[in-house]
Amino acid sequence: MFFTQVLNGLQLGSIYALVALGYTMVYGIILLLNFAHGDIIMVGAYVSWLVMAQLGLPPVLAIILSVAACTLMGVLIDKVAYAPLRNAPRLSILITAIGVSYFLENGAQLVFGADAKVVPAYTELTTVQLGGLSLSFPSILTVLVTAVATVALTVVVQKTKLGKAMRAVSEDMGAARLMGINVNTTISFTFAVGSALAGIGAVLYAMAYTQATPTMGMMLGTKAFVAAVLGGIGSIPGAVVGGLLVGFAEVFVTAIGLSVWKDAVVFLLLIIVLVVRPTGIFGRTMSEKV
Amino acid sequence: MSALLSVRDLHVSYGAIKAVRGISFDINEGEIVTLIGANGAGKSTTLNTVAGLIRPESGTVEFDGASVVGVPAHKVVGRGMALCPEGRRVFTQMSVAENLEMGGYTRSDAENRETLEKVYAHFPRLKERRGQVAGTLSGGEQQMLAMGRALMSRPRLLMLDEPSMGLAPILVQEIFDIVKQLNEAGTTILLVEQNANMALSVADRAYVLEIGTIKKSGTGAELLVDDDVRKAYLGG
Repeated sequence: MFFTQVLNGLQLGSIYALVALGYTMVYGIILLLNFAHGDIIMVGAYVSWLVMAQLGLPPVLAIILSVAACTLMGVLIDKVAYAPLRNAPRLSILITAIGVSYFLENGAQLVFGADAKVVPAYTELTTVQLGGLSLSFPSILTVLVTAVATVALTVVVQKTKLGKAMRAVSEDMGAARLMGINVNTTISFTFAVGSALAGIGAVLYAMAYTQATPTMGMMLGTKAFVAAVLGGIGSIPGAVVGGLLVGFAEVFVTAIGLSVWKDAVVFLLLIIVLVVRPTGIFGRTMSEKV
Repeated sequence: MSALLSVRDLHVSYGAIKAVRGISFDINEGEIVTLIGANGAGKSTTLNTVAGLIRPESGTVEFDGASVVGVPAHKVVGRGMALCPEGRRVFTQMSVAENLEMGGYTRSDAENRETLEKVYAHFPRLKERRGQVAGTLSGGEQQMLAMGRALMSRPRLLMLDEPSMGLAPILVQEIFDIVKQLNEAGTTILLVEQNANMALSVADRAYVLEIGTIKKSGTGAELLVDDDVRKAYLGG
């Protein structure tokens, strides 16, 4: 019972972490709170439904196409909606992000209707036996995939040329240009990586909750946003820790029989962190040596 | 001989404010040329325009015979020009080695390994501190890092914007010694300075900027003894 709850917390937390990573990366590079990021999950879930339920194609294809569609969608949103506003005041681009979010939600409702679509199971395997415990396979898969994705992301950001360029652009766009770094390409790459992680999150979410609705990304996105802020927005380990904290808080509150309070607790957590440590757990106070 | 960099009738504005009002100058291969002048004379604006960070209103900028007006900054680097910007602007959260790696972004790994040795030879202190986060370096070390970083792209023309800013006199001397060494090793240098005394003493030629126009030009030695220049910029 206890282990099941811990695993549930890890599973939910992992999904929040994957989505929070996208928030934090985009914020890190262009200081934008990309409110449309949660809705990318919705796009991924619908693609899985389309591929499996409508076209009758195998789950592997659904996973690949979902992640690909999310990646493409993220890059496209940046190119169409945000890139033209690169030099505009930050408020303009923030409002645009909210607009994109509404556009995606209402667009999905127009195309797919308001009722929930059932995403078929990606795998027949529902439980695995581990040392006498019967554990949910989707839960274990979610935790493992998130761990691998986080490690892979860290390696990309710390070790690869593009990852280093991302860090350079995020610190000083002008200086990065002077190095010969193409800032627009680097920003596109950031959106692609963040959205691909959201795509993975979409598949894992649909695996657990088996539904796609036009507004499913709203609450999920908001919670992941809370997770990113909690961990310290702009920080990659922060997003993971924040995501797990939010996931555990929700599962814990539900487990003690207060499930109606599970959303409120997440936001209460946010308020406490913002009061006690406004930069979040891993947030840096910006100070530079002159 | 045609000039390596040739600027003709350059006009640059920030909105309604005209920062550069029709300046022209040339830099020949192998020279150290300096632009001196007070704050707001348009020195940095000129450098930033040549580097492609700002688009001029009108005028031409030719590097090695080809126009670079409208070429984005990240492509200008590949043409053989590097700007070491005012205020150093090193990537404070990245290590010294990573900063240098970013400087060589347009070059291959093999080329970078070779250039890195040369940069470390000019700046042994950077080699000692290669694993250190750049934000923890002293001002002088950050300036060396910024210069080393600019050199990593193997520029034919190195533009330095106020390299002596905020440094102790002994470090200023060190930085200028290195500028001379780099020049002797074959790099052409365009230097913008408020420390006119230092700049004129290392420069082959100099231009004096005042409110966006060129007031005077000549060799460094000539301007060092010029009465107007002495009064305005050299403190008597």
